[in-house]
Amino acid sequence: MQIQPVLAALRRHRLATLLIVMEIALACAVLCNACFLIANRLQQTRLQSGVDETSLAELTLTGFDPSQATDLNARVLDGLRTIPGIQSVSVINAVPFGQHAGTAGIKLSRDTPDSAGVVDFYVGGPGSFEALGLHVVSGRAPQATDMSAVADFLPKSAPVLVSRALAAHLWPDADPLGKVIWCADRPYRVTGVVDHLARPAGGQGGPETREWSVFVPALPGENLAGVYLLRAAPDQLNRVLRDARARIAKIAPEVVVDSLGSQTLPQLRDRYFRDDRAMAGMLLGVIVALLLVTALGIVGLTSFWVAQRRKQIGVRRALGATRGDILGYFQTENFLIVSFGIGLGMLLAFGINLLLMTQYELPRLPLLYLPIGALVLWGLGQLSVLAPALRAAAVPPVVATRSV
Amino acid sequence: MFGYYLDLALRSLRRNKALTALMVLAIALGIGACMTTLTVLHVLSGDPIPGRSTQLYYPQLDPRDMDGYRPEDDPPAQVTWIDGMNLLHARRADRQALMTGGAVPIQPAQSAIEPFFEDARYTTADFFPMFDVPMLYGHAWNQADDEGSARVAVISRKLNDKLFQGKDSTGQTLLMNDVAFRIVGVLDSWRVTPHFYDLNNGSYSEDEGVYLPLTTAKDLKLARNGSTDCWGKGSDPDHMDTAPCVWLQLWVQLDTPAKVAAYKTFLVHYSQEQKTLGRFQRPPNVRLDDVMGWLDFNKVVPGDVRLQAWLALGFLLVCLVNTVGLMLAKFLRRSAELGVRRALGASRREVFMQLLVESGVIGLTGGVGGLLLALLGLWLVRKQPSDYAALAHLDLSMLAATFLLAVGATLLAGLLPAWRACQVTPALQLKSN
Repeated sequence: MQIQPVLAALRRHRLATLLIVMEIALACAVLCNACFLIANRLQQTRLQSGVDETSLAELTLTGFDPSQATDLNARVLDGLRTIPGIQSVSVINAVPFGQHAGTAGIKLSRDTPDSAGVVDFYVGGPGSFEALGLHVVSGRAPQATDMSAVADFLPKSAPVLVSRALAAHLWPDADPLGKVIWCADRPYRVTGVVDHLARPAGGQGGPETREWSVFVPALPGENLAGVYLLRAAPDQLNRVLRDARARIAKIAPEVVVDSLGSQTLPQLRDRYFRDDRAMAGMLLGVIVALLLVTALGIVGLTSFWVAQRRKQIGVRRALGATRGDILGYFQTENFLIVSFGIGLGMLLAFGINLLLMTQYELPRLPLLYLPIGALVLWGLGQLSVLAPALRAAAVPPVVATRSV
Repeated sequence: MFGYYLDLALRSLRRNKALTALMVLAIALGIGACMTTLTVLHVLSGDPIPGRSTQLYYPQLDPRDMDGYRPEDDPPAQVTWIDGMNLLHARRADRQALMTGGAVPIQPAQSAIEPFFEDARYTTADFFPMFDVPMLYGHAWNQADDEGSARVAVISRKLNDKLFQGKDSTGQTLLMNDVAFRIVGVLDSWRVTPHFYDLNNGSYSEDEGVYLPLTTAKDLKLARNGSTDCWGKGSDPDHMDTAPCVWLQLWVQLDTPAKVAAYKTFLVHYSQEQKTLGRFQRPPNVRLDDVMGWLDFNKVVPGDVRLQAWLALGFLLVCLVNTVGLMLAKFLRRSAELGVRRALGASRREVFMQLLVESGVIGLTGGVGGLLLALLGLWLVRKQPSDYAALAHLDLSMLAATFLLAVGATLLAGLLPAWRACQVTPALQLKSN
């Protein structure tokens, strides 16, 4: 198939050609960026919390006086331990995807004015570390002797474990074990590093801070009470949580069960990411609608061209062109137009991406999206041109001899 | 002539139903997507307190120590008890209110209702006149109640309906946190969106059910909801009045620009004075935003919503380019017919008008379709889990905007094809047949 005559014909329809090229370019730009945004969102929802989510549930109680906290802890721990199927129950201040509780700024020495970042402290009573199922990569897990009473929201001093991501941020080139982090005037010595541990709510300061968490072993008491971590086999978890809520009504009738904070971790996770999933769904809807409109536009315009050129097509057929030649002509024409559009669209896609990067926490558009976007649009163009092109190929040669 | 053009347009559109449907569909999809997202954006970025928003200001000071000091940083988003009380008692503004959020356990006298928690606002008396809060029964408390830590409460209409079946409950006693409060007022329905005066518990959260004097809440150590930012020695839950923490919101009403300027100067002077006294360490760093400025500063409108609006605009653009192409095809196909009209004496202008009427009809039809799609879209948005979802409703101004946008955009899209179709030489068209 020769390209020269196709280009020559297009030059006679500059305006219409330009319009399709523009439409394809816009579609290409929006398509690449929307796909990238979807991928970005879905990647966020795959966040590894580092804990055994499917076996864990959170139970939050409010409305009790701090003076009764110790008594409440004892009643809840004793009362829930006997629920059939429960593996463990322990006191904790927060869980991943739940309400954040211990968010605070830290420093690397007592007197430096420089903040080392804002992290989340998980403060957990006996058994909570094991229940979470955190994976220790270096150092040791907390022991009973590490635990002391909580002053306001942290013990006065304690050996702590940090996530690998936080260790890499604080001490990029050094062994974190034995190092000290300071919160207010209190030192916390790092005795272990866990593989992953996501902070409860979103990372203040972007995705890279998502795992800036510290686990602090502590003794339950006046300042550590009301939030309980239940562990059970995944298939029993929902029932165990239901039983636990029912039992609370008996053993502590004076407290209020906070429904939002009393869910299984899979439920909390689901709730946490639903905005992201909704956004991804909406983007997908836009992409589908966009492709549909573009395809319909190509069908409409090509149909018009075919109708306009009926006579020329008849002449070509009369002069010996086969049906395949006519089909190929329209396909080549579409391929060329779409290619121009893609070329322009890629520049536009990068422009939009640069704009989005300044407004949102988005990385640069990976180059891989461009060939994929191009393939999709080429395919779409060829598919939508097929019906009008087949109609063109069906024009009989005898048309050439008619005067109208 | 308009009626004739309209008739011609309808005939022409009927002649090629598939193409017409295609154009209307493209416009409707674009307009529908655009209006859905723009309505959400409009609702979320709207003025929460029209008429008052330019007179209400949010003063910010920087009482922190020198740790982590950077000259370009903004002052903290809230004020300390000491500064809040100082500024409140200085009475330099037309009105001023110091407040924080909280939650109180309510113990109804009727045994039929179980005790429950209700969101509360602990504030000083000016809150009600300053924010123009409508009262159904009774009245708000006054300054003397603030100073005397009176056990008085104002409750919302919703809570009044729940506890007193909507009857005038002023003068009744309500047991909260084991303390008896006297109800002095009941609010009429009132909801500000965004929840501008305290953004700590969700920008689009509902208004509180119980309003109590701030001093009373502090005396009784009622539970607070909100954010506390501390430095130095850190927080001390028992002595929040002296702790180096910001945890209160201060709003002031300043009726004239001169007063705004004067108040800002006052804030700077106050900061300098506190620095001389040794309480403040940083150089004076103050902000005084009005309501809309404060909402902007806090980036209240979710980024996702803006992104969706831009995306929908991009989509509308694609739909319009598509319509331009299709209209061009349609108009050029009728070159012969237009040639005849031109040859019979119609001027270019008249042919142009005729074609514009046709694109206007498409725009109007597309607008109706877009409206239906937007209603569907908003219904889908309301099904979403976000806390602002329930607010997504089309109002009259957005309804009008839908049609303006649809017709305007389609007319704009019709300009180029119509102009191009007017360029055909009548003689050439007549000859070729």
